[in-house]
Amino acid sequence: MTMKINLDDTIAAISTPVGNGGIGIVRISGGKAIDVLERIFMPKGSKKIKELKSHTITYGNIVSEGKIIDEVLVSLMKAPKTYTREDIAEINCHGGITAVNSVLRTCLENGARLAEPGEFTKRAFLNGRIDLLQAEAVTEIISSKTERAKQSAVNKLGGMLSKKIGSIRDDILSAEAAIEAAIEYPEHDEEIVTMNSTKDVAEKALKEVKRLIDSAAFGRIYTAGINAVILGKPNVGKSSFLNYILDEERAIVTDIPGTTRDALSETVNIKGIPVNITDTAGIRQTGDKIEKIGVDKSFEYAENADVIFMMTDGSRKLSEEDIRLLDFIRDKKAIIIINKSDLEQFTTEEQLLPYAERENIITVSLKEDSGVEHIFERLKAMFLQGEVDINDNACITSERNLESLRKAEKSLENVIDTVDKGFPEDFLSMDLNDAYTALGEMTGESLEEDVIDKIFSQFCLGK
Amino acid sequence: MKAENYFVADEADVCVTGAGHAGCEAALAAARMGFKTIIFALNLDSIAMMPCNPSIGGTSKGHLVREIDALGGEMAKNIDKTYLQNRMLNTGKGPAVYSLRAQADKSKYHTEMKKTMENTENLQIKQGEVIEILTDDEKKVTGVKIESGNVYKCKAAVLCTGTYLKARCLYGDTIIESGPNGMRNSRNLSKCLEALGIRLQRFKTGTPARVDKRTIDFSKMKIQLGDENITPFSFENSPEVIYREQIPCYLTYTNSETHEIIKESLDRSPLYGGVIQGTGPRYCPSIEDKVVRFADKDRHQLFIEPEGEDTNEMYVQGMSSSLPADVQLKMYRTVAGMENVAIMRNAYAIEYDCLEANQLKLNLELRTVKGLFSAGQFNGTSGYEEAAAQGIMAGINAVKYIRGEEPFILDRSEGYIGVLIDDVVTKTSKEPYRMMTSRAEYRLLLRQDNADLRLTDYGYSFGLISEERYDKFKEKRNLIEKEIERARKINIGPKQEVNALLETLGTRTLKTGAKLTELIKRPEASYEALKEIDPGRPELPTDVREQVNIQIKYEDYIKRQIEQVERFKKLEGRRIPEDIDYSKVPSLRIEARQKLELIRPVNIGHASRISGVSPADINMLLVYLG
Repeated sequence: MTMKINLDDTIAAISTPVGNGGIGIVRISGGKAIDVLERIFMPKGSKKIKELKSHTITYGNIVSEGKIIDEVLVSLMKAPKTYTREDIAEINCHGGITAVNSVLRTCLENGARLAEPGEFTKRAFLNGRIDLLQAEAVTEIISSKTERAKQSAVNKLGGMLSKKIGSIRDDILSAEAAIEAAIEYPEHDEEIVTMNSTKDVAEKALKEVKRLIDSAAFGRIYTAGINAVILGKPNVGKSSFLNYILDEERAIVTDIPGTTRDALSETVNIKGIPVNITDTAGIRQTGDKIEKIGVDKSFEYAENADVIFMMTDGSRKLSEEDIRLLDFIRDKKAIIIINKSDLEQFTTEEQLLPYAERENIITVSLKEDSGVEHIFERLKAMFLQGEVDINDNACITSERNLESLRKAEKSLENVIDTVDKGFPEDFLSMDLNDAYTALGEMTGESLEEDVIDKIFSQFCLGK
Repeated sequence: MKAENYFVADEADVCVTGAGHAGCEAALAAARMGFKTIIFALNLDSIAMMPCNPSIGGTSKGHLVREIDALGGEMAKNIDKTYLQNRMLNTGKGPAVYSLRAQADKSKYHTEMKKTMENTENLQIKQGEVIEILTDDEKKVTGVKIESGNVYKCKAAVLCTGTYLKARCLYGDTIIESGPNGMRNSRNLSKCLEALGIRLQRFKTGTPARVDKRTIDFSKMKIQLGDENITPFSFENSPEVIYREQIPCYLTYTNSETHEIIKESLDRSPLYGGVIQGTGPRYCPSIEDKVVRFADKDRHQLFIEPEGEDTNEMYVQGMSSSLPADVQLKMYRTVAGMENVAIMRNAYAIEYDCLEANQLKLNLELRTVKGLFSAGQFNGTSGYEEAAAQGIMAGINAVKYIRGEEPFILDRSEGYIGVLIDDVVTKTSKEPYRMMTSRAEYRLLLRQDNADLRLTDYGYSFGLISEERYDKFKEKRNLIEKEIERARKINIGPKQEVNALLETLGTRTLKTGAKLTELIKRPEASYEALKEIDPGRPELPTDVREQVNIQIKYEDYIKRQIEQVERFKKLEGRRIPEDIDYSKVPSLRIEARQKLELIRPVNIGHASRISGVSPADINMLLVYLG
């Protein structure tokens, strides 16, 4: 449920990550931000706070009950040109985390209330400063697991996705306005519209929409990550592989078969992809009851995984157990890893070709750290084929957005179909409108008077 | 201000202020429903006056006229009696945007409407200026007071003051305190309305000059004739009955010389000089507006239209202006064919008080004054047809109010009238509102050809449609349904005569059998064109055949539109409690909260159409309502 917020309150919070660096910032936002500041801040010299200009920085002290709490720089930004569209004061504290906490407490004692998580952004949205996509991006940034996910969200916050949607919508709107102008003013002498130009617009928009829908696959990967399972009979090096990925001793490594029993799950960053990796109990035919549970679990995890790392021991011949596992992964997304290339080899890549494409069979030595990088490259290629360059783009990450895009896709296809069938142009409007509205849902805008505004700005019409 | 303190001249059920297109329809509807009605006009010679363009209908406006007719209004019948030229526009496009327009004989239009009103039972016409709306302690209408001090008691009042309230006309630097067309304005009523707590605003509009036909060289212009086969506006009329000799219009253009004169004189335009405070409509831009905003266009279209059969006055459509009279003469004389033109009435801009219409409920009653209704240009619209449409709705609803019945509200899927009123009441327009087909999101259903099918039942239930007409209507509806049902069952085999016909029509021939309806759906074909390969077809009237064709041919699109309507109805069905406290709804954006508090929408669909309320806000509202 949504939190109840009183927007009349003035709020304050520490706006730098806890424990990072020597400088901390306390941000105050709201109608009384300047009043709060006046009570707690003594600028150097004879400056009066009420007379400070907007968007300036002032040096001075934070004082509580006559005592100096910290030496600070205060940035004052007056509404409406601020992040929240309210008056904002940002207090740059120098005295470390203790000082920052004291400054915040002083603010709270002097008329501010502690901000709820995300409340500054919420205010920015509620006051019309940012659109829905941007507001969502803020949450995404906070929860992003990798740099790439963060970059995508930062791009979104910067309005990159909003702009892209805006430009598709604008094209649709222009086409729609041309059609409408021709309908409203049938005696107008200018040749306003042709069916073909509308088709061009619809095709171009459709291409962009499809691209965005495709980006959702990456978006999901970047935010939710992919689920990977390491499969293999006991003692082929599964835990060593996991440890290699985790880059720390996490799972227990031993030569005695059966000592890794429960599934361990961990999210790691492989080539920018968040990978939720599950190590399962070593799989072997066993009568041991506890082991049996572990083995069943392994198959269950593997069945639902996005990718399986299937490990074999190159220094031994393929056993029946190996073959059983290989049969299991044959029609699944998997990378077969032949481990222990440092020893004499009894299993070759050729032998495994019936179970996987050659490119998905990789020989490594975990002990000597050779070839492991190939596994990672392969993983990336598998999931980020034709990847959009994240530096210039923002991925679709929410179901809400995906649904809007799918609606727009369907409507644009209808437009093209109507042109092809040779129906008059007023039949295009219904679907053009739907596409426009669906895309508007993403940024939180609706149709309203847009078409009519466009008609009269584009064409000279009227009696 | 209570009625008891004055001389009571008469008592009525409904008092209508203003006898323009809104007032006439409101008064006729109330009187025809059996309620004693008095209509006041500043001057009885201005009843149903057309102070601007000499035409009725056009895109989307033609739809309104047909809907008014289906409800039992007068506009369609009156224009059918008095038209000079009749044309169906947009026939190259889909049937939803076919638009009927007629040039009107202004003087006859006025005379015929006045005659109808004078001969309507329960209706009294009275010359006089209404200066006060009288209310009781509960802010309920009790009567109106006119300038003589006489009071007319009533149970409901309808305001149709048009462009008369505190009106002034601007001819460049010459400003005349008057209503349109040199009529006296109404100076007192605004004050009373404001005292009742009603918010008014100032709008402006304009009209071009009327010129002397004898001074125009039509050989330099392109002649515009009416349709050979005319279409009546009223569903009660047939082409044969209303047929008459038509009068042409003419097309000409402005040129660079015209534009030069305008640019040189802009400092004398009240619009650009800042004298005009009101907001003008984009739909009727003045010629100076067009020249400034579209500077790259080297010419603008002008239509020269007759004002009547018995007058030499011609209307110069496309050249409205508020420039001074001397500039007007200079610029009109640059136009091809108008080199020696004599202006009979100058172009002018007019400014007037009107209502901030978001104070209205959907039944056109003021939210804060019980029994006070309003319609027409006073509600911030423009156009005769928009006015008339609101007029009939206000008249019907005034009666419903008196009877204590549920109000009569058309929703956006039922008619252009529904779209019009919903827009006017819900969206805060900054300029006079004009109906447009693009405002009707379900326009494939709201065609001018099926207005009778959509609305006649309502008109009949109010007693505004005669038994005879209703019987005819039911027969038509029945024939359409039966013929569509029959056509659906017909399969056409790939016979030689079939393929020969398909070939002539320029569409694919058949290899196997096909349904007749599938063939009708092909762009090259139609119900009519396939007649000879459908031997079992009965003889049917033209209007029935037209409906059968449209309903089959565009079936797939109509079906999709109906699905949209169903989604819309779902939102319309989610009612918002009348006492909702929007400050308690979490996460509403500030602007949305303010707008919702102001307009207090009745349901979620209504809320979603308020400008400034985004889909995100609607979601928050839905979450809150649970």
